[in-house]
Amino acid sequence: MENTKVCTLAVIGGGPAGLAAALAAKEAGCTDILILERDKALGGILNQCIHNGFGLHTFQEELTGPEYAARFIERVREAQIPGLLNTMVLDIAPDRDGKWVLTAMNREEGLFTLRAETVILAMGCRERPRGALNIPGFRPAGVYSAGTAQRLVNIEGFLPGREAVILGSGDIGLIMARRLTLEGAKVKAVAELMPYSGGLRRNIVQCLEDYGIPLLLSTTVTQVHGKERVEGVTLSRVDETRRPIPGTEQFISCDTLLLSVGLIPENELSEKAGVAISPVTGGPLVDESMETSKIGIFACGNVLHVHDLVDYVSQEAAKAGTAAARYVLEGEKSRFNAEKGVIVVCGRDGVRYTVPSRIHRDRMEEELLIRFRVGDVYRNRYLSVYFDEKRVLRRKKRVMAPGEMEQLILKKEELLKYGDVKEIILCTEEE
Amino acid sequence: MEIKELICIGCPMGCSLKVLMENGEAVRVEGNTCRKGEEYGKKECTHPMRTVTSTITLEGGILPRVPVKTKTEIPKEKIRECMEAIHTARAAAPVTIGQCLIENIAGTGVDIVACRDIKRSETDA
Repeated sequence: MENTKVCTLAVIGGGPAGLAAALAAKEAGCTDILILERDKALGGILNQCIHNGFGLHTFQEELTGPEYAARFIERVREAQIPGLLNTMVLDIAPDRDGKWVLTAMNREEGLFTLRAETVILAMGCRERPRGALNIPGFRPAGVYSAGTAQRLVNIEGFLPGREAVILGSGDIGLIMARRLTLEGAKVKAVAELMPYSGGLRRNIVQCLEDYGIPLLLSTTVTQVHGKERVEGVTLSRVDETRRPIPGTEQFISCDTLLLSVGLIPENELSEKAGVAISPVTGGPLVDESMETSKIGIFACGNVLHVHDLVDYVSQEAAKAGTAAARYVLEGEKSRFNAEKGVIVVCGRDGVRYTVPSRIHRDRMEEELLIRFRVGDVYRNRYLSVYFDEKRVLRRKKRVMAPGEMEQLILKKEELLKYGDVKEIILCTEEE
Repeated sequence: MEIKELICIGCPMGCSLKVLMENGEAVRVEGNTCRKGEEYGKKECTHPMRTVTSTITLEGGILPRVPVKTKTEIPKEKIRECMEAIHTARAAAPVTIGQCLIENIAGTGVDIVACRDIKRSETDA
């Protein structure tokens, strides 16, 4: 009664990353692709992101999340790439012949296995929960993660409360401040632990300032009041070490507390496959081709590192899709040759991480895009690139902030000029 | 001459703009990195516009709400009136992307359109 399927490329996740990866793989000549999606529709988180601002880079127009998703879903349909919905992948394990075996299940087929030559990880991320925050108080109803509230309002059509305080000023928190306001709720404040917002600047303008919602920086929730239902929260200012300052407590009555306190790449499956995970991003360490530490497993999108812009997710995923297709079509020829040189890429002095984190010299294309984030808000500071000890680039940046992903293009031609480079370092520098 | 500083919302880049104002008119925009920024800077200081997105109650669909948007931007001061009309509106499944669900919202001349294809629910049919 063993139920086994076979495909060439298994794409885990049917959100923006999975869709773009599958499309690119198909375009690159890989024919036997299967998308596995746990929700009942393709599109992933985009379906609940009904605000606009998606697709400016990809389509040169401003779309809402569902519209952006629909464009890709349509293309996937035209390309006749099959997908299994309501299907949860439970395990990835190596097969004897260098292939991968996925264990998955759904209502119709029960538990089944899927043999694939190559796998693209596109599972996205999830929200950091309340439990990770250690906020004192009871556990009353009315505490939601911002994304859950977003789903309730935008998909299910429920308003989670009448008076809300939002902790965390990441983009979802800001977007939900506006959304709740438009739906008739009163958002009393957005509190942010850090001295700067983690969200895009445009969202502070059009979600908070437009509606007169105060953004309280260096502030956190130190008490949740209420036993059955949230009755209010105590906000306290924090010092430079992020400890609450006694005497600054302020009670704000509300029936809802939304938490927008960070996203975590969802890598339980990756870990089962033995993929090496970066302690900084929480996502797989990948090379120039988006290949993880396990040969034949690629990663892209928010499972790799959390993005601000879906356009960049689509770009990155297309790269993973193309690389996975090459892996299948070119066989041994597409495998990297470590003897030809592996260059480590890393961040220092304010650059928290880079994607990719290593380059196989023999597989590098003419241009390589490196994405990274900084760890603090920097003004008029230099971003520098070193090839081993030698500084090869120094660019003055007016503003760099943790909430906005940065990017840099590395030219192979440049790299070759410096001979046998072992390490590429990105860092920030003062004058 | 007056200088207004603002942050462009034209795209997620969020450029810092300086708009030079003269007699209530935007004369020049600085700090923008594209044409959209110049346009936004001038408009924001004279007659700010916004795209409004929300959802409308959907009857007979496989989902209870359909996401919608104003087809183009509307004047910022019309947002409240626009939302009142959206709150009382009802749409019937099926709906398709781009389908007009409310004509000429709040007298702006702009239509409210659907942002997602939603089929009819079979159990409801």
